[in-house]
Amino acid sequence: MDTLTKPKTSAEAASTERMTGAEAVVKSLLAEGIDLMFGYPGGAIMPVYDELYKYKDKLNHVLVRHEEGATHAAQGYARASGKVGVCIATSGPGATNLVTGIADAMIDSTPIVCITGQVPKQFIGSDAFQETDVIGITMPVTKWNYQITDAAEIPEIFAKAFFIARSGRPGPVVIDITKNAQFEELDFKYEKCTKVGSYVPRPPVKTEKVKAAAELINNAKRPYILYGQGIILSGAEEELKQLVEKTGIPAAWTIMGLSAMPTDHPLNVGMLGMHGNYGPNMMTNECDVLIAIGMRFDDRVTGNLDKYAKQAKVIHIEIDPAEIDKNVKTEVAVLGDAKETLQALLPLVNENNHEAWHQRFKEYDQLEYDKVIQPETQPTSEELTMGEVIRNLNDLTNGDAIIVTDVGQHQMIACRYAHFNKTKSNITSGGLGTMGFCIPAAIGAKMGAPERDVIAVVGDGGIQMTIQELGVILQTGVNVKILLLNNEFLGMVRQWQQLFFDKRYSATEMVNPDFQLLAQAYGITTKQVGERAELGNALKEMMDHEGAYFLEVLVGKENNVFPMIPSGAGVGEIRLE
Amino acid sequence: MKKTYTLSVFTENKAGLLHRVTTGFTRRHINIESLTVSESEVPGIHRYTIVVNLEEHEVQKLVRALEKQIEVHKAFYHDDTNVVHQEIALYKIPSGVIVHGGLAEKIVRQHGARMLAAEPNFTVIEKTGYPEEIKALYKELEPFKILEFVRSGRVAVTKPMKELQEYLAELEAAAGN
Repeated sequence: MDTLTKPKTSAEAASTERMTGAEAVVKSLLAEGIDLMFGYPGGAIMPVYDELYKYKDKLNHVLVRHEEGATHAAQGYARASGKVGVCIATSGPGATNLVTGIADAMIDSTPIVCITGQVPKQFIGSDAFQETDVIGITMPVTKWNYQITDAAEIPEIFAKAFFIARSGRPGPVVIDITKNAQFEELDFKYEKCTKVGSYVPRPPVKTEKVKAAAELINNAKRPYILYGQGIILSGAEEELKQLVEKTGIPAAWTIMGLSAMPTDHPLNVGMLGMHGNYGPNMMTNECDVLIAIGMRFDDRVTGNLDKYAKQAKVIHIEIDPAEIDKNVKTEVAVLGDAKETLQALLPLVNENNHEAWHQRFKEYDQLEYDKVIQPETQPTSEELTMGEVIRNLNDLTNGDAIIVTDVGQHQMIACRYAHFNKTKSNITSGGLGTMGFCIPAAIGAKMGAPERDVIAVVGDGGIQMTIQELGVILQTGVNVKILLLNNEFLGMVRQWQQLFFDKRYSATEMVNPDFQLLAQAYGITTKQVGERAELGNALKEMMDHEGAYFLEVLVGKENNVFPMIPSGAGVGEIRLE
Repeated sequence: MKKTYTLSVFTENKAGLLHRVTTGFTRRHINIESLTVSESEVPGIHRYTIVVNLEEHEVQKLVRALEKQIEVHKAFYHDDTNVVHQEIALYKIPSGVIVHGGLAEKIVRQHGARMLAAEPNFTVIEKTGYPEEIKALYKELEPFKILEFVRSGRVAVTKPMKELQEYLAELEAAAGN
């Protein structure tokens, strides 16, 4: 290796340190301020694990039970803390098991760096034991990936990886390191990366675009703000609140944007999309100016695009140029960071209150309350509903907890009814809809925000996809409250089968294990409730308990989530029943 | 309306980048009519010339998705009126035809093609031009038996005068933002 034999100048010698590639990996992580990572060891990554052993007082490694758990834990950590999550796995199956979490992080713009071991350079392409083309496999689901075959590359590539993962629209980065590069020595010197080639993480905000947006907003009669995760990622929560309060414009959230504004804020009108609130969907097709901030017009938000906001002029405030006009044609596209853009926009918009316009929301809200919200959250039926569980939980959290959800009915119910006062509180798999996300993500979230209560709201289907991660709770004692809403069905699929496939319940009924015994086997205190009278106390016991707790609530088996925009329908065709 | 567009994609010169570029097409079921990779006038920057048949709004989205890749510096699309383009074709025919008949030689001259190699058994003719010109020569040579035929992808330069260097300078300035 010429890089290893090249003579050093005296200046270089003074500022560098001789070490193995494996140690350089750990030193690079420390230089990025990483003190926690999630992973699973194996042959091709053993030299790095050996260094982790030496550095365990500085860099805590959490042993997951399946590599997918490592990615979701890293995601939960990143979403709760705002920092980059890190996970590590071996080559071959270790690396391929990461793919679901990487794809999830890609579509939900979550900054994670995944380190994978790889067979030695000279074995690449020989179908060696546990060799897989992880770069090829992860290319479509990473913001960037790179294979290190030479130890000397380590500091520069790590610096680049962290910069790319966290900057601009964040996303996952994979670094694949051949085993020889872990063993070889290099002269280590770490310099943080602040720029990569022509990559523009934050397009400069153009004043004329901001002015054009302000003009549209000031002349609007029925303006409407839709906000997404871009608010949280850019730290624009305060600016959003100021904009909404100054202009009096109603604002609705996408599920990725949820918790960017307190849910009980009078101008925060509710959730968009397939199972969102009635008014917020209906009003999309009644507004005259639609102001989309840090959201990407996902099909679960828009329904049928041919019937979406055709009457409205659309302003799109967005950091990623590829999102502009991708799904919805914009009148004014303001490229740039949400916080920076809103700061520029705020002085240009007029004060207003849009009283009559708000009245329309209230009318729709009343309809939805009577038809859906009241029966769901204050039911008179014998069976418990998911909605009443969340309503009872709200009384205990006061909106201060982090709620991590899985995917399905419980997720929609939690996102509809949970109260949030603080940002970065709703952690869910939005774009990819990854069942199994919840438990590992909740573990990561608690480790990323140890001062906050973390509640994993999960269904009986999804929990079994990553239930082995209860082993992490056993081993680390991490204080996660697990709230299992058990309806003995894959509820969301069953709901679709009921509504659109003549109740042919194909492969959706679950014969479940005894979750109480299962959780107990992992040393977790458990309780099961099926009676309304016991629910409040059980939830209180869970929240008051010191340490992890597993509360299983038996809910109605065949309840449905409404409102609902049927597949292929427009937002204006949302059904209340 | 679908139209032929020439994409010029300027990237870093890195192994594996071809995969990143092409997945942008395959995941959208976009058929690549032709693809040529070469150096550009800027040292260290590679140029992908890709021909597609798409609607303009589709090609716009594609270009943005390509530019989103970290190592892609800039991507442009142009319709046929805004590029000067050529393809190159090689025809291998039996030498007997040229030597004895003389007819093939005449055809070659008429088509502005040229003899590239003359071996005892075969002769290689080269033609640079538009696809229809290459096809026309093929038709004429066909009766003499074409032993092998190969055609390159399109290479193209664009008519607009703004230089790549200027775009790169703008991006450089914004990247430091």
